[in-house]
Amino acid sequence: MTRGTYRALKVASEVAVPVAILVAWQLWTVQAHNPKFPRLSTILHTFQDMWLFSQFGTNVVPSLERIGLGFGIAVVVGVALGLPLGLSPLARKAAMPHIEFWRAMPPPALLPISVLLLHSIGNRQKVAFIAFFCVFPVLLNTIDGVRGIDPTLIETARSYGVPRRERIRRLVLPAALPQISAGMRTSLSLAVITMVLSEYFSSTSGVGYVLLISKNTFQLAPMWAAIVLIGVLGYLLNVLFILVERRLLAWHRGWRMATPV
Amino acid sequence: MAATGEVAVRLRGARLADALVPVLSIAAALALWELVTRTGLISERDLPSMSSTVRELWALVQTGDFWSAFLHTVRGWAIGLGLATALAVPIGIALGSSPFAASAFRVPIEFLRPIPSAALIPLLFLTLGTNLRSEIFLATFGAFWPLLVQTMYGVRDVDPLALETARSFGVRPLERLVRITLPSSVPYIATGLRISSTVSLILAFTAELFMGTPGLGQAVNIASSFGLETQLYALALATGFLGVAIHIAMTQLERRALRWHPSQRPAAA
Repeated sequence: MTRGTYRALKVASEVAVPVAILVAWQLWTVQAHNPKFPRLSTILHTFQDMWLFSQFGTNVVPSLERIGLGFGIAVVVGVALGLPLGLSPLARKAAMPHIEFWRAMPPPALLPISVLLLHSIGNRQKVAFIAFFCVFPVLLNTIDGVRGIDPTLIETARSYGVPRRERIRRLVLPAALPQISAGMRTSLSLAVITMVLSEYFSSTSGVGYVLLISKNTFQLAPMWAAIVLIGVLGYLLNVLFILVERRLLAWHRGWRMATPV
Repeated sequence: MAATGEVAVRLRGARLADALVPVLSIAAALALWELVTRTGLISERDLPSMSSTVRELWALVQTGDFWSAFLHTVRGWAIGLGLATALAVPIGIALGSSPFAASAFRVPIEFLRPIPSAALIPLLFLTLGTNLRSEIFLATFGAFWPLLVQTMYGVRDVDPLALETARSFGVRPLERLVRITLPSSVPYIATGLRISSTVSLILAFTAELFMGTPGLGQAVNIASSFGLETQLYALALATGFLGVAIHIAMTQLERRALRWHPSQRPAAA
């Protein structure tokens, strides 16, 4: 087999296997007639009916809003806390037990507590819940990124009299950015997960809410359509993030190496 | 002599401070918790005081019900993680050692991996039902992906020279797998195991919370539905401790299993 045919076969299999899985799903569901496993065509049809775009505004936009706000807050808080913690060993020692405890806490364990504490099952509680758990990957990566900076660089800047603010803005932040963005990427997928959890626990709108309602009313096709939508959302957000990251970190030669998949 | 003595004293002082700062910091946080409820800044109905929560936790750990729930959660976690390992490592090795297979399954993996397992709860509700099987399916599904991806990377990272050398010395494929591929991908698998152990706990708990399979998640749900706030906080605390314990245990395991490996030689950050 020549190298050319090998490569062609490889590409062909990359297309053929997913297609074969989908076809097998369709064929199996057609003959199984099991209402719990609707046909692929039914799911796709329902998907189109619901999400393109009749329920898009009522249930997809609120979920995206919560992800965006929660993720945004988490990034700001994570970086703002991570910079001083990365620079000061003493502060790190004091903060680490708390960080270790809260990041090991399974998120759903705090769902009822978040409702209780915030007196809300609306955006306030959802965004706070998402933000709280998305902070940790950003925070820990910021700390590590800052700690990884060559101390000579910081000392040099200091001895040249570069003021503290400028040192952080021009040196520390850019140097830690590749690792911060690796943390942000983890946080983004965590945001999707915590969004689903928080909406599935108690809500009046959102993709997780649709999931809950369709389960409670035994509407299998909408339920499948919601699951597919959540998968697509997670995938698209990740792709979007990589595009933005590539642009923002284009200046950094080593950024690929700093981005564990 | 005097100088070395002084250095020693200073070193001991630094080490004491090292140990003291985290302890003081935890004590301060607990005191703050007590304070915000005592002063009424946050109502005791929303946040029970630290002392009453700890007392509640103390009372809980003396009941059989608590330990039964605790062990149920640990069981779901362990079976989920075990099954995920048993599936992900062989599949990861197969996909990692064949570029052909890897590209054939790339798209399905990339699409399934980001689906939050929590989204599958309603589906499991209606198919497998609210039982241990659902909990284990969920924990296994979630824990499978990090392990699979790590194993694939580990296998791809095996030194090709070592493999080719073994091949030219006539070492059989199975032995090459056991002697070269597996040991050299162990660091990756260990990292995957650490990530997956957290995921598996989260999903075991999630299944219990939303589907009512017995365990800490179910206990939290009951405490929340009956308005037993103090118990709710005590249970969340216990769940957090379980998470910390699992995290520490897996980190230690990773370190111990890899003592021989260069990646563990410098103090791990």
